Amino acid sequence: MSFSIIGTGSALPKTIQTNSDLTAFLDTSHDWILSRTGIEARHICIEESILDIAFTASINALENADINPKHLDLIICPTLGGDTITPSLACLVQEKLGATCPAFDINAACSGFVYGLDVADAYLSRGKPMTILIIAVDAMSKLVDWTDRSTAVLFADGAGAAVVTNGDDLKSIYLSAVGNQHALDIPWAKGNHPGLSEKELPIPYLIMDGPEVYRFAITAICDDLRRVTRDAGIALEDLDLIIPHQANQRIIEGAAKRLKLPMKKFVLRVKNQGNTSAASIPLVLDDLNRHGQLKPGMLIALTAFGGGLTTGACVLTWSK
Amino acid sequence: MVFEKVVEILRNYKDEPELEVTLESSFEGLELDSLDTVELIMEIEEAFDTSIEMDGTLKTIGDVVGLIEKAIA
Repeated sequence: MSFSIIGTGSALPKTIQTNSDLTAFLDTSHDWILSRTGIEARHICIEESILDIAFTASINALENADINPKHLDLIICPTLGGDTITPSLACLVQEKLGATCPAFDINAACSGFVYGLDVADAYLSRGKPMTILIIAVDAMSKLVDWTDRSTAVLFADGAGAAVVTNGDDLKSIYLSAVGNQHALDIPWAKGNHPGLSEKELPIPYLIMDGPEVYRFAITAICDDLRRVTRDAGIALEDLDLIIPHQANQRIIEGAAKRLKLPMKKFVLRVKNQGNTSAASIPLVLDDLNRHGQLKPGMLIALTAFGGGLTTGACVLTWSK
Repeated sequence: MVFEKVVEILRNYKDEPELEVTLESSFEGLELDSLDTVELIMEIEEAFDTSIEMDGTLKTIGDVVGLIEKAIA
């Protein structure tokens, strides 16, 4: 069983924050950030809610797929969390779209979109005709510590969506998880139970062991791409395009070097988008789709890694 | 033996065949930032087919050579 992607969409919040903007409140510089990450600017939700960007990306994807929201059979939202803990972001998107299908969120951090594709594939493998909206959304600006220059400069907000239906574009897919709180941690808000008032609880902002995540990320891209290409019965060199999670340009360059693949096979959009977590891969996919850079028959690999620690990768043939 | 191999990997990594390296050379002095250090360690691990614990105490080439020698002894 498998699926086909019949439409893509994306949305970025209006407010753009450049590296220079960050120097107003962080002890950092444009050159430092650029040389270590490849990032020059990022979009931040100031005017928009998380639902706003999720909805816009969803509408764009549904229009691109020529699907009426009323005909959706399922909405899956890979996200660390929307504007509310409940309702789920998926339910709020469903309401705003006027859809009537089941809807739920999944949390696999930056690997969320590939996890979402695997869930969709599992539903479609029942063999029943279904149209599924996967809307990957994260607003990292609400989760990072804006006084921590080592992490705040990396992350950003965005939404990326895909509409999938029964088809045979998916050639292989692989997910992994190795529980590890130390490497990347966003503690929960503490609540106000009187019994907890004296207890010291962690501040609910992102903490990351950069070097450990860097090593994990390069290893994840290399191992997962080798695995999914082997499972798809192709060589790494057969891939026309690789869309890696857009965390940091140097991670991607490091992986390309180790895989002995030219950088031109890897799509890079981190420069003006930063790390948008689950949204990063579908944001790139939509950008390529809308600019006519995806041709029927192209072999594309997606490869993601993130908090959990989770990883996910797949090989697709583009058929839209 | 380990030192010579590490120097060779380092020179390749930095693409500087004549780079002066001693056991006392620090990553900082070699202009390697934390991400370069991770990549270099990964290449060294691969070359020696071993793995070493990376923590904040790794500062010099001598530190890496010491850990590798211990790991492959």
